[in-house]
Amino acid sequence: MDVSQYLEIFLDETKEHLQNLNTRILELESDPENADTINEIFRAAHSLKGMAGTMGYKRMQNLTHDMENVFSEVRNGSIKVKPDMIDVLFQCLDALEEYTNNIQTSADEGTNDNEPLIKRLNDILGSAGSDGDTGEAEKKEEAPAVKSGTAEAAESNKWDKIALDSSQISVIQEAQNQGKNVYGINVLVHESCILKAARAFLVFKAVEEVSEIIVSDPSAQDVEDERFDRDFTLIVVADVELDKVIKAAENVSEIEKVTGAPLVLSNNKNINAGKESETGEPEVKAEKKAAQTAAPAAPAGKAGAKPAETKKPAASKPVVNRTVRVDIEKLDALMNLVSELIIAKNSLVSASSQGQAGTVNTSFNEQIEYLESVTTNLHESVMKVRMVPIESVVNKFPRMIRDLSKKLDKKMELYMSGEETELDRTVVDEIGDPLMHLLRNSADHGLESAEVRAQRGKPEVGSIFLDAYQDGNNVVIEVRDDGNGIDVEAVRNKAIERGTVTPEQAANMSDKDIIDLLFLPSFSTAKEVTDVSGRGVGLDVVKSKIESLSGEVEVKSKLGEGSVWTIRLPLTLAIIQALMVVVGDEKYAISLGSIQTLEDIPPSDIKLVQNKEVINLRGTVIPLIRLNEVLDVESRRDGDENLIVVIVKKGDRMAGLVIDELIGQQEIVIKSLGRYIKQCKFISGATILGDGEIALILDANALI
Amino acid sequence: MELSLNSGSNLPEEAAKHSSETIQYIVIRLGEEQYGIDIRSIDTITRMQHITRVPKMPNYLKGVINLRGVVIPVMSMRLRMNLAADEITKATRIIVVRLEQDGNVGFLVDEVREVVTLSMDDIEKISENSKDGKASLINGVGKHNGELISLFDLNAISLES
Repeated sequence: MDVSQYLEIFLDETKEHLQNLNTRILELESDPENADTINEIFRAAHSLKGMAGTMGYKRMQNLTHDMENVFSEVRNGSIKVKPDMIDVLFQCLDALEEYTNNIQTSADEGTNDNEPLIKRLNDILGSAGSDGDTGEAEKKEEAPAVKSGTAEAAESNKWDKIALDSSQISVIQEAQNQGKNVYGINVLVHESCILKAARAFLVFKAVEEVSEIIVSDPSAQDVEDERFDRDFTLIVVADVELDKVIKAAENVSEIEKVTGAPLVLSNNKNINAGKESETGEPEVKAEKKAAQTAAPAAPAGKAGAKPAETKKPAASKPVVNRTVRVDIEKLDALMNLVSELIIAKNSLVSASSQGQAGTVNTSFNEQIEYLESVTTNLHESVMKVRMVPIESVVNKFPRMIRDLSKKLDKKMELYMSGEETELDRTVVDEIGDPLMHLLRNSADHGLESAEVRAQRGKPEVGSIFLDAYQDGNNVVIEVRDDGNGIDVEAVRNKAIERGTVTPEQAANMSDKDIIDLLFLPSFSTAKEVTDVSGRGVGLDVVKSKIESLSGEVEVKSKLGEGSVWTIRLPLTLAIIQALMVVVGDEKYAISLGSIQTLEDIPPSDIKLVQNKEVINLRGTVIPLIRLNEVLDVESRRDGDENLIVVIVKKGDRMAGLVIDELIGQQEIVIKSLGRYIKQCKFISGATILGDGEIALILDANALI
Repeated sequence: MELSLNSGSNLPEEAAKHSSETIQYIVIRLGEEQYGIDIRSIDTITRMQHITRVPKMPNYLKGVINLRGVVIPVMSMRLRMNLAADEITKATRIIVVRLEQDGNVGFLVDEVREVVTLSMDDIEKISENSKDGKASLINGVGKHNGELISLFDLNAISLES
């Protein structure tokens, strides 16, 4: 059975269901009686089981089956939700996730049977009383199936309603004349089935092995595209008996019912009225569909159950999916092309400005301006396509905090906001680990134990906040806690003890500098090593990860009141607005995002503080950085000329970069310098200018 | 471009017989010496163009160039081999080589001479334990028409830095 083409859908949907289950079980923990939640959990578990079964993942199916049994008991009210049951359920979800990961990497679920888990699930079931309960539950499960079965029988045979055209009729007649068997078969897919089309495809395949399908209603194409409600009808020609054909179809899992009978042409209602044109006309089909759906609706309505079957005909037409799945590589290719386009546009702009002295006409300039706005919009659109909400990453955190709370035996609650904030896909994929580190850090080091909190007059339950929001061209993600904060003196002593800094240095360092030491590799202040945090790997990894995404991380902390970790990430990675400047005779680009103002400073305004040049700009003392010195080039300006200073800002800190000349603002495409050149910290990349030359991009953050 | 294909001492039928044992090299000139670069790892040969300097780099890393929209670092083979600094002439070329670990890198050379085909018999391996820093970039010497060609070990060039 080849199901590989469904593997991707399966993985996506499984992940969705697992996430859903995680969220719901968390809800259940705080509100054990909520019937809606229980139902939702049951449905998700049931779907998971069905999907795993279809794809042939037996272990996964077994585990979900047992989970489903437990939920079913909970739903019936014969088991009460208890904390240890929630724990087991979460472990089951972890095991399922492991299966899913295995499947993702190797298309195989692995060999872990998770027997202890299954046993514990069964223990829970056992505690509900006796096996009789389970039997009862199963019976209940079966009940609707029987009901719909009778609904089916009440209806006259569907294959007699199919509108046949003359060629199909002649094929059937000929087959019958040859003494072959012609059967009508109706296949009803299980209500909870997720991959209906996949199931139908398998039925088609199985039936085709023993017979020849002549007619399918809806058409095979429609069935494959999942444009059918729950059942589809086939007319087949076979040498074998009807039973064999039905068996073949029934062997496909999640097929609720297969009915069939030898086809008698004269019974076909459409043949007498049999106009060939009928088949082509959608209205007739729609009417027929309405009739079909209305028919089961009537008896079901009598039974007063299964609202799913009373779907309106209009709703039975599947809503056309308005989204498209695109390989990220294709988007990258598109992005590269947009970059090339912008470079080409820039060279047109520079060509036109050079020719200005001559006879460049205005319409040419207008067209260039138009081109400029089109490329900018195109770039923005492509960037937007690549944006995804951070929701997919942060959704797993409530569960993680819950587990940590148990493990560390501290009471804590996670509050999240701004999950809908969007970031570039590549950034979202990478941001999960650093955020997890910071949250663990807050839970482990930040929050105090309940007793200490009570002594300090804080609420017993610690709070951790995860807030995300957009700020200009950046996205800011904050991890906050109301715990103990960072003990600067402890860090200072630790640094001295470890020889990271000398006692004299330490004495001169500001609190902020001391806190920054935490980001150094292998620097952990936790007094004991736990498996949550405290192994000295963490904050430095967080920092380097964030920096590799061209972002930055900062921490503010007040002893006794808590800490705030702020991650700042650029919205876009590939194309930025930059200020082009000249230093010596070289051109450099500085990202506009970090620039505050441009200043014209007379040399007399420069003061010396601790032998360093500073300026006093509207009350703020700002250190000067002479770029020509940093970049090892000769400045072209005289010492007594006014200085052109670019004021840049990183968090709270500012600096003035002294340059020789301003060129102007330009949209630039960031290109990597290649793996060979990476020693230079303050060069973050290169860009290609309109004339084909390369300008380096200065990373103002690294200079401050 | 002054490339001429020289089948050398290997007759075609011989080459066919031992095709797995012959390698083509591009012969370049640095000062008075000849060097060979395995043709399979060469991406492009381009004329000298403006090189954008990158600050705080070792002196042999001249900077970066724009090759069809891709930024490529360029190193001076003369400075890399501890020879005198480059004199840029009309014959100066940048050979862009694909290095396994580091992506594409351009080599600045005085001149590109020709392509030669060397069979394994023409190549004399140089042992690894040579103490001379310069020689460690060379992993063999090829004999061709009575001349000697030092063969670059591209992996050694990429590992350094």
